[in-house]
Amino acid sequence: MKIMKNSSLKNGALAAGLLLFLAASCNDNPKNANSESAGIDSTAAENNTQLTLPEGFSATVFAEDLGEPRHLAVGESGKVFVKLNSVDDGNGILILSDEDNDGQADEKQGFADYGGTGIAINGNKLYASSNSAVFSYDLDEEGMPANMEQPDTIISGLIDRRQHNSKSIALDNSGNIYVNIGAYSNACQEQDRTKGSPGQRPCPILDSAGGIWRFRADKLRQTYDGNSRFATGLRNVVGLDWNTKNNQLFVLQHGRDQLHGMFPDMYSEEESAELPAETMYALNEGDDAGWPYIYYDQNKNKKILAPEYGGDGEKTGAPEAIDPVVAFPGHMAPNALLFYTGDMFPAKYQNGAFIAFHGSWNRAPEPQKGFFLAFVPFENGRPSGEWEIFADGFAGAETVESPGDAEHRPTGLAQGPDGSLYVSDDAGGTVFKITY
Amino acid sequence: MNNFRKLLLTAAVFAAISACKNSSENNEEEQIQLHEETPTTQKNVQNEENVKFAEGKGIYTQYCVTCHQANGSGVPNLNPPLQETQYVLGDKERLIGIVLNGANEGLEVKGKTYSNSMPPFNYLKDEEIAAVLSYVRNNFGNEAEPVTAEEVKAVRENEE
Repeated sequence: MKIMKNSSLKNGALAAGLLLFLAASCNDNPKNANSESAGIDSTAAENNTQLTLPEGFSATVFAEDLGEPRHLAVGESGKVFVKLNSVDDGNGILILSDEDNDGQADEKQGFADYGGTGIAINGNKLYASSNSAVFSYDLDEEGMPANMEQPDTIISGLIDRRQHNSKSIALDNSGNIYVNIGAYSNACQEQDRTKGSPGQRPCPILDSAGGIWRFRADKLRQTYDGNSRFATGLRNVVGLDWNTKNNQLFVLQHGRDQLHGMFPDMYSEEESAELPAETMYALNEGDDAGWPYIYYDQNKNKKILAPEYGGDGEKTGAPEAIDPVVAFPGHMAPNALLFYTGDMFPAKYQNGAFIAFHGSWNRAPEPQKGFFLAFVPFENGRPSGEWEIFADGFAGAETVESPGDAEHRPTGLAQGPDGSLYVSDDAGGTVFKITY
Repeated sequence: MNNFRKLLLTAAVFAAISACKNSSENNEEEQIQLHEETPTTQKNVQNEENVKFAEGKGIYTQYCVTCHQANGSGVPNLNPPLQETQYVLGDKERLIGIVLNGANEGLEVKGKTYSNSMPPFNYLKDEEIAAVLSYVRNNFGNEAEPVTAEEVKAVRENEE
């Protein structure tokens, strides 16, 4: 374990606030803000970040220079656990603490010798995933992992063929843990992403990937088979969460790529930039969302037969597959889902869904989209209104040509014990904290 | 997004597109003027190179741009960059081989690996592969010897 008392964590955010301090003729800056590490533009007096938020909300840079933070989780103690995509300085998980409660972390510690995406807290247990396994830790009275160096391996041997290999996790209240195993393919063609290569039927990938698998959260050394599969026909899910209002798992699928690239005569570049939908599903055990045989067209509101399987952009398919509960424009990459159960935010937001859109790449040569947080209001475990942009401005530019140009890309979401919302960003290495 | 911001965005995109169009038109004009002043043999060579460059750019836009992006930056963690990498600037045979056979081994590029598979483009003609690789090797900040159709042919035959 490494402990780094890190006052520089605060510098970037403070530098952005420096102008405000000066404008207010503030004589004493107790934190010695360093103007060299700016990069954060102030857009509102109560908001020391570049984010644009609905009225009454504010944001701070909770921590920065963290490497590539993927998902994150906040314990009852208020400690923020950040899963890093790859091991950085010997650490795959960071613990951030804000001891003086000023909205900026003042202590950073690290542990875990594996990179990955998934992390979650349930009761006094912390769960985290590599790209092939899931580990658990016992949290002590201070909310710290007691067995940092010796985690329990609860699941191993999950398929990792690089493409769509992140293993996102969510827990229910009955002792189960749900793990996404993404399909190592775009559309299950005989040759992946190859023009003219036919789709395979049945798709052989689906026996061990392209779905959600369910395991026991307290059982050691589980492996997986068809029996533990919870839902199938999901190309790749990065964001998922358990809805406690109706006790149901909700997932966000990354829709397929390259409709124009594979079928230029059927789809224009513009159509291919918007299609297919990124979809939110409410899952029941045994559900099939239809990948790779269909995709969802958010304009037609239909499941359209994939062109690799004889589709022409119009024909529908897979009538037995479930329909999404929300359909977003294509390629924006929903990387996190959080049902808000706090009471800090106004009533509108309570029990609703926050979604972190990582931002697109597959829209090129059209400008990229996403790079924001969306919100969907919910009532009784079902969407009760249209989706809207909740927080924008992460990219730092109005038009993003290439995702590498985005300053920040929202990747993970977590709720603090006081109801604040934490957002991780794997491009800029930042964690933002949003409060009301 | 409110209407005012939409309007601003639309105006910005429109301005950007017009700027692009203007600059490419200007470039063409400059090139034409340049040719008129050059001796015949040089002019032919220059013309041939321009045609090849345009052909390479067209192939790049059709087959490569989605994954590797218009500026050759690739996509973090998914698709590797083409900007100043050894895979692009180095051994031509290796580069030609990647285009012919694709790559799905998680090659390390500038210290990072990328998770998407690249499909084989063996259905492109030797001339087309030569043109797109010459374009890639001399764009995005790259500067390296062009690739010829003969070199592509040799790699293809060697593999068969």
